[in-house]
Amino acid sequence: MSIFTVGEVLPSKSYIINRASLVTYANASGDQNPIHQDEDFAKSVGLENVIAHGMYTMGLVGQYVSSMAGSSSKVKEFSARFTKPVLVPAGVNVHLEVSATVVELTDEVARLEITATCNEVKVLGMAKAVILL
Amino acid sequence: MLNPDLVGRTFAGATRTTITAESIAAFALALGEPETHLAPPTFAITISLEQSQSVLVDSGLDWSRVVHGDQRFSIFKQLTAGMQIQCDSTIESARVMAGNEIITVRSDLIESGEVAVSSWSTLVFRA
Repeated sequence: MSIFTVGEVLPSKSYIINRASLVTYANASGDQNPIHQDEDFAKSVGLENVIAHGMYTMGLVGQYVSSMAGSSSKVKEFSARFTKPVLVPAGVNVHLEVSATVVELTDEVARLEITATCNEVKVLGMAKAVILL
Repeated sequence: MLNPDLVGRTFAGATRTTITAESIAAFALALGEPETHLAPPTFAITISLEQSQSVLVDSGLDWSRVVHGDQRFSIFKQLTAGMQIQCDSTIESARVMAGNEIITVRSDLIESGEVAVSSWSTLVFRA
């Protein structure tokens, strides 16, 4: 028996993104692109402010999926489109709100459709995951 | 512009990356993941993106113009510390839209001859 039902909306979780967390992610991932850390540089290439790494946002959503699945070892498929950059002004905690709906169940897996928003704006499109039951 | 002849070509990784417990733990901690000994689902990007970058830069693309369009992972075997990974990158498609060049690269992270994770990155090179 699955612990999920089709159509079920899973509990939402909130993640904080700030300048310090971007540096931590940059160091952990190796992606040191200055648009994620240096406000002057970000503005010089036409961005409104420093933006979060798309893969950082997706990684936090991956943490959500892992927590819903019970373990990261149960995540088999994970995809997303980067539709809106997450702006991270200095001194601000940006809240990433993540939730998901169970759209399909088989004997082995659940398919999730995921919503990720900052300030009520969707930052990922077509975010989906397949988790082992 | 990417040479269209490169679409469909696979670039075998020349070196192997040994995954360390420290690199998994640092990545997991950065994402707030309590299981710091297990590679998070997006960990493969730490290996695949660098490989894609070197293939595309060697093919003449300007990495400073790149934006990540979308990303997909298929995880067949969870990455763990001690694995020696060869990363092969295949340019699956390339098209131009509104002057932007949109390229999808599939990276296969191979361990002991078997694909552990496939990672598809769609990269947009802005005009």
